Amino acid sequence: MPELNPAPLGGAAKLLDTKGGGMVATIVRLLGNNLRQSGILVAFIAVSFAFSVLNKAFLSPTNLTNIILQYSYVLILAIGMLLVIVAGQIDLSVGSQLGLTGALAAVLIVRVGVPWWVAVLCALGVGLLCGAWQGFWVAVVGIPGFIVSLGGMLLFRGLTYITLNNISLTIPSTPDSQGPPYVKIANGFSKGLIGGDSFDFFTVLVFVLAGVGFAFSEWRTRVGQLRYNQEVAPLPVFITKVALVFAVVVWFGWRISQDRGLPYILIILAVFIMVYSTVTQRTAFGRHVYAIGGNLLAAQLSGIKVKWTQFWVFVNMGFMCAVAGVVYSARMSSAQPSAGNGFELDAIAACFIGGASTLGGIGRIGGAMIGGLIMAVLNNGMQLMGIQESIRQVVKGLVLLIAVAFDLVVKRRAGAK
Amino acid sequence: MSSDTILEMRAITKAFFGVAAVEDVNLVVKRGEIHAICGENGAGKSTLMKVLSGVHPHGSYSGEIIFDGEPVTFGSIADSERAGIVIIHQELALSPYLSIAENLFLRHERKSKFGLIDWNRTNKEAQDLMERVGLVENPTTLVSQIGVGKQQLVEIAKALFRDVKLLILDEPTAALNDNDSEHLLNLIRNLKAQGITCIMISHKLSEIVAIADTTTVIRDGKTIETLDMRDPASTQEKLIRLMVGRDLEHRYPERESHIADEVFRVENWSVAHPTQPGRLVVNDASFNVRAGEVVGIAGLMGAGRTELAMSIFGKSYGRFLHGKIYIHGKDVQLNSVSDAINVGLAYATEDRKRYGLNLTEDVRINICAAGLPKLTSFGWINANEELKVAERYRDDMRIKTPSVLYPVSNLSGGNQQKVVLSKWLFTTPDVLILDEPTRGIDVGAKFEIYTLINQMVSEGKAVVVISSELPELLGVCDRIYTLSFGKITGQLPVSEATQENLMELMTLELEKETSNA
Repeated sequence: MPELNPAPLGGAAKLLDTKGGGMVATIVRLLGNNLRQSGILVAFIAVSFAFSVLNKAFLSPTNLTNIILQYSYVLILAIGMLLVIVAGQIDLSVGSQLGLTGALAAVLIVRVGVPWWVAVLCALGVGLLCGAWQGFWVAVVGIPGFIVSLGGMLLFRGLTYITLNNISLTIPSTPDSQGPPYVKIANGFSKGLIGGDSFDFFTVLVFVLAGVGFAFSEWRTRVGQLRYNQEVAPLPVFITKVALVFAVVVWFGWRISQDRGLPYILIILAVFIMVYSTVTQRTAFGRHVYAIGGNLLAAQLSGIKVKWTQFWVFVNMGFMCAVAGVVYSARMSSAQPSAGNGFELDAIAACFIGGASTLGGIGRIGGAMIGGLIMAVLNNGMQLMGIQESIRQVVKGLVLLIAVAFDLVVKRRAGAK
Repeated sequence: MSSDTILEMRAITKAFFGVAAVEDVNLVVKRGEIHAICGENGAGKSTLMKVLSGVHPHGSYSGEIIFDGEPVTFGSIADSERAGIVIIHQELALSPYLSIAENLFLRHERKSKFGLIDWNRTNKEAQDLMERVGLVENPTTLVSQIGVGKQQLVEIAKALFRDVKLLILDEPTAALNDNDSEHLLNLIRNLKAQGITCIMISHKLSEIVAIADTTTVIRDGKTIETLDMRDPASTQEKLIRLMVGRDLEHRYPERESHIADEVFRVENWSVAHPTQPGRLVVNDASFNVRAGEVVGIAGLMGAGRTELAMSIFGKSYGRFLHGKIYIHGKDVQLNSVSDAINVGLAYATEDRKRYGLNLTEDVRINICAAGLPKLTSFGWINANEELKVAERYRDDMRIKTPSVLYPVSNLSGGNQQKVVLSKWLFTTPDVLILDEPTRGIDVGAKFEIYTLINQMVSEGKAVVVISSELPELLGVCDRIYTLSFGKITGQLPVSEATQENLMELMTLELEKETSNA
C-alpha cells in the first residue's frame, strides 16, 4: 500500500521503547517473556541436580542411558499428543493404540514369521488407520476428542486382547529368527564404529556435531532477527547460553559413550523431535493447528480447513502411537495384552507440564519433551533412592498440579499488567 | 418519602478503560409507570441498566442510586434482586434442560420437611405463576422445548415470584413474532395495573409510542431528554431526532469518489436461522457494490447485518435458502471461506476478539493468518517473507506495537482492528466487507480506520461497511442500504440520506412479510 495520509494520533502515539534498559533488564525481560518455558527448564535442571547430589549413580553412564531407553516411548507419544492438545483436543486412547500396534507387530513376527521391517510397516499402517478412525469421528461427525478417544481406549484395548488371544507373546531371541533385529530397535546401540578407548568415539562425535548444529542454528536465527530489527539477547548472554548448551550436550554424549554406546532409539527420538519442531513452527499445517486451538471461529473465518486439520492431527497421533508401540514391544521383547495402560496420562502430563494450554493454541514440542523428561527423571531418581511406587505416584501427581498452577499464576499476573 | 418516585439515578458515570460509556446520566422513574429507554447501539442503555442491577457493582461507577426512597449500593445481581429489581436480558438466562417449574424456583426450590424437593408443590405453585403471565404450558415441559416468546414469559413469571417491584426488560420483543410481541406488551400493561414498575429498552419505536408512559432518550452516554408520552408532540419522529441528533463534529477524511464498474452483487439472498428453520434471518436481500465505492449497510442490532455478511462469506452462518452472488458479473458459488477468499472477498468480523483474532498468538501470525497460502510453498512457510509482510503492514497501517512478535492481545482495540484489516488486505481482495469496523475504538483510531477505507477504494477496491452508527455511514459511504428485520428496506445515495430518514427505514417493520415467512 502507498503511504497513508498523516493521521492525527492520540496521546499514546509514542512507541514503547524496547531498546532501553541495561543488560540485566534485558535478560530479565527475555526470561519473563518466556517465563513458562524457562521456568520448566530451571525446574528440570534443579531436579536433576538434586538427584545427582542425593545419589551418585544418577549421573552414571549406565543410568543416563537407561533413562533414555525407559522413557523414549512416552516422549514419542508426547510429540503426537502435543499437536492434539494444541488443536484443543485430547486423546485418551494412545495407550491402547500403543498396545494394539505393538501386539500386531509381535504376532506378525512370531506367528506369521514376516521380516521384522514388514511387521514394523504393518504396525505403522494400523496406527494410521486407528488415527483415521478417531479423526473421522472428531472432525467429520463432530464428537469431542475426549469422548471419541474414551471409546477408542476400550475399542483398541479389546482389539489388543483379540490380537494376542489374551496372553502375552514373547519375541524369541534365537539368532536366525526376526526377533533380534526387531528388539534392537529399542535396545540396540551403535558402538565401536570408529573406535575409541574406554569410550565410543562415534557417540561423542555425534554429540559434538549436534552441539555445533545447535550453535549454528541459534546463530542463524539471531542473524535473521537482527536483520529484521528484532530484540535479541546481548551478545555475551547469547554466547554464554550457546556455550552452556553445547557443554551439556557434549558432556552428556561423553557420559553415555562410556556405557553401551549410542542408542538407536535416541537417534529415532532426535529425528522425530527435529521433524515435529519444524512441522509445528515452520509449516502451514502446524500454523493451522495453533490457529484452530487458539480461536476456532477465527480460524474458520480465515479460510482454514478446520475439519481437515483436526483429522490429520488424529491420524498423526495414531502414527506416533504405532511408533511407540513398536519401540515398547521391542524394548520389552514381548507383547502384553495390557501394554501401554495409562501411558496416555504420562503423555498428557508431559505436554501440560511442558507449558501446553488446556484450552488449546499454546504449547511447544521442546516444552513437552522437557515436561516428559521431568517425569522421567523424577521417576528414575526416586527409583534409584529406593522410594516406593506409591510415593512416586504421589510426587508425580503433585508435580503436575504445581506445574499447571504455576502456569495459571504467571498468566494471571501477565493479564493483570 | 417521595412515594411517586420509585427510582432515581443521579449523575451516574461509568467508564471502561478510561472511556466513559455513560457520563453524568440522570434517570427518574415514577412508581407504577412504563418507562422506555431508547438510543442507538452503544449509546449506553445497557451499561446504565447493568449499573442499576448490580452487574457493575457499587464502587465501579460514580453517582448515586435511590431506590424506593433509600440510597442503595448493590454489589451483585443478587443484591438488586433482593431489593426487588429484576432485569431480563436479551439473551435469556434460563437453563434449557430443566423444566419450566424447575427454572422458576431455581435457587428457591420448594422443599418438603426432609429437605427434598416437593414436586407436587413445585408444579402447583409454578402453575399459579404461569397463569399470572398467561403462559399455557405444562410446568414439567423443558424450557428448550418452548419458543422464545414463552421463555420470555417464564422469565417474567420468575421475576413475579421474586416479588419484583421494578422489572427491567432489555429488548424484550427483538426476537419475538407479532403475536408473541402483542401478548408480551399486554402483559406489561397488566403488570402495570398490578403496580409493578417497568423499564423497557427497545428499538421498536412504534412499541414505545404505544406502551410507554415516559421515554428517556440516551445518546453518546448522556441523557438527552425525558419525554412524557401523553404529550401529542412525543412522536416517533421526535424520538428519532433525539436519538441521532448529535452534533456532526466528528471529522471524516475527505475523499473524491471515482466509481467504476460493478464488482460484487448479491441477489435475493435468504438465510434461515441455524436451529430454527422457520425463522428467516436474512430475507430476500439484494445489493451491489462498484469498484471504488463505499457502500453502507445500516441496521440496528438484530436486523441481520452480521448474519447477512457471514452467510455470504462462504456460508458461515445459518441455513442457506436461496440467492446468487456475482463477482465481476460472474455467477459464483461460495461454499467455504477459502472459496470466498479465492474469488477476492474479505470479511472483517464484527467481534474482533471472538471471530477475528487468535489472541494466543502474536501480531505477525495474525496478520498472515488468512493470506498464509501466499507465503507457503509445498506446505513450508517462508518465515522471513512472513516477517517482511508483517513489518510492511505494521508500517503501512501504523499499527502501534513494540514488535510484530508482540502478543496481539496486548494491543489496544484500534490497533487490533488494524491487525484484522491488515490480515484481509494481505489476501488482496477486490471486495471488503467491514462489519462494525470502528466499534469499541477511540476517536483518533476511528479516523485512521476511515482513512484506510478511503485508501482501499482509491485503489479500486469495493468496500461494504456495516454499521449501526449513522454519522459514520454518512461520513464514509457513497451509498447506504438499510436493513430491518432481515429485509433491505431502502437504498439512498449519501447526498439524499439523513440520519432521520435512515433511522426511519431502519425501524420500518414490514410486518406482513415477516410474519408470513
